[in-house]
Amino acid sequence: MTTTTPRLRRAGGKGAPPAAPPARRGAARRIRRGSLPYLFLLPALALELLVHLVPMIVGIVMSFKGLTQFYIRNWNEAPWTGLGNYKVAVDVDAPVGADLLRSFTVTCAFTLLAVGLAWLLGTAAAVLMQDAFRGRGWLRALFLTPYALPVYTSVIVWMFMFQHDNGLVNHVVHDQLHLTSGRPFWLIGDNSFVALLTVSVWRNWPFAFLIITAGLQNIPRDLYEASAIDGAGVWRQLRAITLPSLRPVNQVLVLVLFLWTFNDFNVPFVMFGGSAPPRADLISVHIYQASFVTWNFGTGSAMSVLLLLFLLLVTAVYLPVTAKLRGRDA
Amino acid sequence: MPETAPAGTAPRRTSGYRSPTAPPRSMIVTRWIVLGLLTAFTGLPIYVMATGSLKPLRDVSGEFRWIPSGLTLRPYADIWHTIPLGRYFLNSLIIAGGATVCSVVVAVFAAYAVSRYSFRGRRVFTVTVLSTQMFPGILFLLPLFLIYVNVGNYTGLQLYGSRGGLILTYLTFSLPFSIWMLVGYFDSIPKGLDEAAQVDGCGPVGALLRVVLPAAVPGIVAVAIYAFMTAWGEVLFASVMTDDRTRTLAVGLQGYATQNDVYWNQVMAASLVVSVPVVAGFLLLQRYLVTGLTAGAVK
Repeated sequence: MTTTTPRLRRAGGKGAPPAAPPARRGAARRIRRGSLPYLFLLPALALELLVHLVPMIVGIVMSFKGLTQFYIRNWNEAPWTGLGNYKVAVDVDAPVGADLLRSFTVTCAFTLLAVGLAWLLGTAAAVLMQDAFRGRGWLRALFLTPYALPVYTSVIVWMFMFQHDNGLVNHVVHDQLHLTSGRPFWLIGDNSFVALLTVSVWRNWPFAFLIITAGLQNIPRDLYEASAIDGAGVWRQLRAITLPSLRPVNQVLVLVLFLWTFNDFNVPFVMFGGSAPPRADLISVHIYQASFVTWNFGTGSAMSVLLLLFLLLVTAVYLPVTAKLRGRDA
Repeated sequence: MPETAPAGTAPRRTSGYRSPTAPPRSMIVTRWIVLGLLTAFTGLPIYVMATGSLKPLRDVSGEFRWIPSGLTLRPYADIWHTIPLGRYFLNSLIIAGGATVCSVVVAVFAAYAVSRYSFRGRRVFTVTVLSTQMFPGILFLLPLFLIYVNVGNYTGLQLYGSRGGLILTYLTFSLPFSIWMLVGYFDSIPKGLDEAAQVDGCGPVGALLRVVLPAAVPGIVAVAIYAFMTAWGEVLFASVMTDDRTRTLAVGLQGYATQNDVYWNQVMAASLVVSVPVVAGFLLLQRYLVTGLTAGAVK
């Protein structure tokens, strides 16, 4: 198609002279073209630098400093502590390190369950709604609503439902189904993990649903028709056509869900404020507390850097491994 | 389950009124059970929000009732006085609107460059921008706060505590996804189209504005929805970077719902009022999001 020609021409324009340069005005146009993409990128680049990259570097620098409340006004004067903050953060025998490790474990378990369930529900709904039926549009709109709702309103409504005395959940579980002897607490204690997981899955599964719905539309219908004529049942079609075709979509989707869930701050913060119960102490809120409640920003930054390193490591392992798996099956 | 369906079922149906891909009965039963459960799970909080906002106070402070004992619109009137909801609303509207417009403009140009030009650093740019998505917000919250304060001290440009500062912050939150999605979308528009426009005398910007943009409307709408929703729902930076004047709905409503004595009917009413603009916009435009994703990102 025509798609390759322009790019080839431009690639040539940078190094060797283009095959057929337009006469006279050619030179001027080429120079403009050479800087033009950078001009287009400049705003995005400047903003990314200002809001993401420079602060990140500052954050990394801060993690090597003893930045306590005494230095918050002029943080340049805070003493260098080398790896001191990191040592505190990973020393699992001391309270700070032990708490961080516990929070990390909780976050891992939470993320695995939340991503797994969100993906499962999203895939199930998308596959079951692949064929048109009456009311599909309405159902799709309903299913996408949790994704469209602002995080804080969703969490607030769930908090109301999880209330001890006047909540819907206890009304159903205790008053109507008599599953528990007393009214359980959901927002404090061990049950808070379940509450957090419920809200997270409720919020995230529609995103999986949306992405997989979009992915399913790229699978040619005649694949199904051909396989049906060859005698393949629904289950076999799912395993032989649908899931393999979705693999590239799933590769990105699962990674994005993982990163969002692992980094999630909004849900636990709105739900528990500054003090999450130990079982629901997700790492982002934990670091926030470690920084802002104790006013020790050096240690907080070191924890954030460790978190970033962990996420980079997971991504660096995940992408080649999944790509290889895809390559082998293809 | 559906595995046991006789292999001949589907083809036999073709002779009737259905396509060969028509599902067998067991599949239809499974479908209605699963979709029914999902409907209940998804719809329950929405039901609680809607009915809760219409209940008198005694209904929401006592034991939960499925059916309200009476209906009242009082909560909808009271929310504007109990907290300065109007001001929060205006702040959120300005901040989310501003962030959306800026984000879309910036993303369109960046995505066009990545999609249409081959230049040194193209891959580095793409990877860097996408990888900012994985940064924990908490890592750059405090540094960004310090940078904004210092920019204010040196240049007099008030970023901390101002709406402008939050617009700047939020627009970069949606930028990586927006660029990524628009690159995919622009890639799906034949390059011959803007080549032809340039031959006809449009400059590169003219080709982008007059030819590529009109063809990319679904992608742009999708990106705009995403940017608006991101800014409308953000909590962490809003709670640190705003003061009394510029407080957004995210912070205001959270405070409302975590007081000692919560008027749950009012909180539900406020939640509903706050959600309606985004949810309505999203549902009206969601088909663009699906087409945008299908053509662009999910390929």
